Amino acid sequence: MRKRKINGYLLVGLIITGALLLMTLIGAFHTPWDPNAMSATEKFQAPSLAHLFGTDRFGRDIFSRVLKGSGTTLAIALATVAIGAVVGTLVGAVTGFFGGVVDDALMRLNDALTAFPSILLALLVISIVGPENKYNVVLALGIVFIPSFARVTRTAFAGLRDANYITSARLMGASNGRILLIHMLPNTARVLLPAVTIGFNNAVLAEASMSFLGIGVTPPDASLGYLLKEAQSMLALAPWYALCTGTVIALLVFGVGLIGEGLQKMDREVA
Amino acid sequence: MSQEPVLEVRHVTGGYHTPSLFSRGKNNYHEVLHDVDFTVYHGEILGLVGESGTGKSTLARMILGLVKPEQGEIIHHTPRPQIIFQDPYSSLNPAYTVEWSLEEPLRIYGKYDAAERKRRVREMLERVELPEECLKAKPDELSGGQRQRVSIAAALIRRPRFIIADEPVSALDVTIQAQILRLMRNLREELDLSYLFISHDLNVVYQLCDRVLVMKSGRIVEQGTIEQVFDHPQQEYTKKLLAAAE
Repeated sequence: MRKRKINGYLLVGLIITGALLLMTLIGAFHTPWDPNAMSATEKFQAPSLAHLFGTDRFGRDIFSRVLKGSGTTLAIALATVAIGAVVGTLVGAVTGFFGGVVDDALMRLNDALTAFPSILLALLVISIVGPENKYNVVLALGIVFIPSFARVTRTAFAGLRDANYITSARLMGASNGRILLIHMLPNTARVLLPAVTIGFNNAVLAEASMSFLGIGVTPPDASLGYLLKEAQSMLALAPWYALCTGTVIALLVFGVGLIGEGLQKMDREVA
Repeated sequence: MSQEPVLEVRHVTGGYHTPSLFSRGKNNYHEVLHDVDFTVYHGEILGLVGESGTGKSTLARMILGLVKPEQGEIIHHTPRPQIIFQDPYSSLNPAYTVEWSLEEPLRIYGKYDAAERKRRVREMLERVELPEECLKAKPDELSGGQRQRVSIAAALIRRPRFIIADEPVSALDVTIQAQILRLMRNLREELDLSYLFISHDLNVVYQLCDRVLVMKSGRIVEQGTIEQVFDHPQQEYTKKLLAAAE
């Protein structure tokens, strides 16, 4: 009997991501300082024990702001990946399984969407759905993320279509829905899970880019991308603001990336 | 062996269509089978031999209804024929345990409660001579021979009367081959089965089958009892196949 062993990539990735998630979760209920409380006497303070990431031009505690911001960013990234993965998998399953003309048509549409720069596409969606709030960002990014998931899962489902166990299930009289959901879907996890980790990272970065450009999250919400935008305006006087926020984004992406890498490695070892 | 047919294949001609968005109407048709005509009788093991690429597996898919014949007809006298595949590595769903895979055909059937399904799964496991520990195993924890026994159990769990075996022992070691062939022969007696046994291995066909069809380029070129065909082959092609198997 072969057992799946957790490898170093996965372990380090889980530790980094777990720590960040835990801090964000705590930050949702309690932050060391009020993230929006200003203080005239504590402007532009460098990182210290009282203010781990220092303070900004209004004397606000950056660590507390980053905790709140990463909560928003994580929520947006998770929701985005959820939309992309669920709808994308659905499209990929249907096209990969049934093939034929529907497959050709949907995949050409997919090519067209993929050929569009994703930020531009997101901007387009934002301008259609109206004024910016975080739900519109989620919707825009979710739509942008559908094609990549559709492509990955389509290949997986198409590859399983002629597997002998699928033929057997069909001969037993299993419905198409049952074959897709119960017989095929669990076997696409090996491509779906790494795709989810990559998608999550792309979502974090896309949200950061959009908020930085001012087409994403706007006050009173604050995301990591929005904090970076703020930090840019005081780069000379409070460089720790951009540095600390950037490091948190980098760590988040790095940790989840390691998880994805680890999952793929584990899969190769088993196979 | 009786003269009661379980399957009649009547003058079947057919192959594959490959449609695509930009070639509608164009005829992407590849004909594989030409005027194939034979009958499988109740209780017999009918061998189907021929080199690879002659259309044996296409014929199997057509009998199972996965490919429609262009001409001719296929008449089933038993409900829901099942198939045992060559590759025991892709015939079981790797995501699920043996127990799940054996129970699934019964769940789809929907006529038995959970307790009855479990009882039938255990009974079939016993028939294919596997220990109960196998139930909790995933396919990648089993040997090739064990997997093939599970595949046979899964094909038989709904009690079909007619089974297509597509090269069922070709991927196995010789000793395991003999065990699986003996099992298939025993199951024929116990469960009153008829087989269409597809193989390129004439030695295996000689050991197991009652009658044999010889296929070449999508046509049945010779058929008869094992003794007729193996001892007095009429066609040059059959003689060549036999000579190659010596």
